[in-house]
Amino acid sequence: MTSSAVREADVAAPAAASAPPAGRGRRRGRSDLGWALVFVLPLFAGIALFYLWPIVRNLWFSFTEWGPFGDSEWVGLDNYIELAGDATMGRAILNTLGYTAMLLCGVPLAIYFASLLNRPGLRFANLFRTAFFLPYVAMPAAISMVWRIIYNGDFGILNYALSLIGIDGPSWLSTEGVALVAVALVGIWISLGFNLIILSAGMKGIPVELYEAASLDGATRWKQFTTITVPLLTPSIFFVSVMTVIAGFQVFDLLYALMGTQNPAIDKTQSVVYYFFTNIKTGDNGYAAAIGVVILLLVGIFTLLQFRLQKKWVTYV
Amino acid sequence: MRRTALLAGVAATALLLTACSSNDGGSASTADKDMTAEINYAFWDATQEAAIDTIIEEFNEEYPNITVKKDVTPYSEFFGKLQTQASSDTLPDVFWMNGPNFQLYASNDKLEPVTDAVDPANYPQALNDLYSFDGTQYGVPKDYDTVAVFYNKALFDQAGVEYPTEGWTWDEFHQKAKAISDALKADGVYGTVNGLSGGQEVYYNTILQAGGEVISADSTTSGYDSPEAIEGLQFVADLIADGSAPTLQQLSDTPQNVWFVNGKSAMFWSGTWSNAELRDSAIVDDIEVAPLPKNEQEATVIHGLANVVAKSSKNKAAAQAFQEFLASERAAVIQAEAGAALPAYSGTQTAFIESAPYNLQVFRDEAENSSFPYPVSKNTAAWNQLENELLPAAFSGERPVADVAKELAEKMNEALAEENE
Repeated sequence: MTSSAVREADVAAPAAASAPPAGRGRRRGRSDLGWALVFVLPLFAGIALFYLWPIVRNLWFSFTEWGPFGDSEWVGLDNYIELAGDATMGRAILNTLGYTAMLLCGVPLAIYFASLLNRPGLRFANLFRTAFFLPYVAMPAAISMVWRIIYNGDFGILNYALSLIGIDGPSWLSTEGVALVAVALVGIWISLGFNLIILSAGMKGIPVELYEAASLDGATRWKQFTTITVPLLTPSIFFVSVMTVIAGFQVFDLLYALMGTQNPAIDKTQSVVYYFFTNIKTGDNGYAAAIGVVILLLVGIFTLLQFRLQKKWVTYV
Repeated sequence: MRRTALLAGVAATALLLTACSSNDGGSASTADKDMTAEINYAFWDATQEAAIDTIIEEFNEEYPNITVKKDVTPYSEFFGKLQTQASSDTLPDVFWMNGPNFQLYASNDKLEPVTDAVDPANYPQALNDLYSFDGTQYGVPKDYDTVAVFYNKALFDQAGVEYPTEGWTWDEFHQKAKAISDALKADGVYGTVNGLSGGQEVYYNTILQAGGEVISADSTTSGYDSPEAIEGLQFVADLIADGSAPTLQQLSDTPQNVWFVNGKSAMFWSGTWSNAELRDSAIVDDIEVAPLPKNEQEATVIHGLANVVAKSSKNKAAAQAFQEFLASERAAVIQAEAGAALPAYSGTQTAFIESAPYNLQVFRDEAENSSFPYPVSKNTAAWNQLENELLPAAFSGERPVADVAKELAEKMNEALAEENE
């Protein structure tokens, strides 16, 4: 799901940015197409085998019920009917939407930090860039170990810091309601590095002359930021937002590693993908497959929605 | 106690039936010592690999032409992989089995019954029961673990509370825990710490001690809605409610063994598996072991691993010969000497018991006198999941224990009905 969406976005941006001149070279078209196919084939085969075929199989599985040793029987829409009345699933969807919304709050933050990093003449710019990017390349499991220690209710450094100003902090990762926010904060912190790199690259593409002209006209830094940087950065912001939403819908590893399966708050905090995992663990493969289809649909709908809405706010030069 | 005797009686009858019906299996006396074969032995604990190497070496002195290939898979992936192998009839010839997964494989005809050469009398009865299905025994008990109370003498002294004694009761336990929590509150020390992720450490035991059961002996109905089971769960909830033990949130942040090893809890219900960690901890000189406190009766749940042979094995005779060797006293002694696990073969536990300065004998006495089989069914994972979903609300006091127990029993019965369809 992730990779195909990346490609879609990659293709969409330049295509819209510079509509290619049509018509020329019609005679060469046929042989070009043949060669193009040859070069695309290896990649396409990989996608077909590892992405498209599993999606088809998963759809098929969602109409079956599984025995423990690979034997399955066709049960029609039973899994979906059960899913429709499943309160845990409803809660999981709400949690996933909540998590994704919080993750999106990281995008403005990334824009702000990117603009700071792109200030001309900033010292140690590369050092800062590396520091921001490190969490993104570190293993989520390792990061989770550290954050578990920070968030620990009895012995954590966060609650120690709060106690110094007289606040008695909760068990951040095992208290219902608080846990999802705590996990989302770590999610934002991790994704900040990736978003920052994309947005920095976007900012480098904005012509310096625009800023020069603006400052000659007496525009303040803030005015330049809101009237030049942000509007011209919208294609990158759009891309980052699409990626963030997809990552948000697929959240599993952070919940699993930060909270763990034995957490008293996990049932009320779990995401849709986590619920998928729970059902795989108990051998309900068919039901899990149906949940997988729902995730696919959710991601599809929200991505489509974003592509529709982009016409209203994304500026292509 | 009466329960144990009854169980033993039932099991002995089952055993007689088994002995009569399984004459078709091969036995060591008839096996050909010169047979040539290659078999796979799959297990998950890499720390036991050295002991297993020695076992294979000595097995080859008897059967020089059988090659045993080791297949180590970490526990987290072990049963997932095994299920895939079972689906395609490529199971390893001999492999480790645990209680929660056993009936799934036995009921789907994936395992070969043990041969007559293995004498069940050598192992704790509760373990033979655990690895029997429909009156036939499929697994040879390898090791076992029971649960007792580890306590920190220094913290008892500090709080001015007397050490536990043999035959102590729930009330005495609760009073001590509360007294320590109150006395050492300023240091953030609790009287006891209860591991509640899964029932083996605490609540399966308290349910049995109250005279209840988690699942009926024939694995068809849940025991959670009985007044005894509710009493057993209530006891655990009460400990948390009055501050004798940390809450579930605190446990989720800091696991029970970490509380105890760092001197933040005076008592700790745990099994033989904690020995290696406690023996090497900084508080080792302050640790002592007491049996679990009793209520209606003394009780601990007993669990252990078993060696099983795959029905689909292409070298069954060789696999069974190896299983018989694993079942032998010699193999058990090798294991005990390596200190890896408390072996199931009676009389071979001494080496393990001597491996720590505190009294590990308690675990063995409990296994022999007051142990009950670990509760399992054909799809144990399904209702284990329900326990983990529902019980936290009861332990935290969020919902009345009786309500939760009733809901759990209902849902568990549905799951059990489903697996017996």
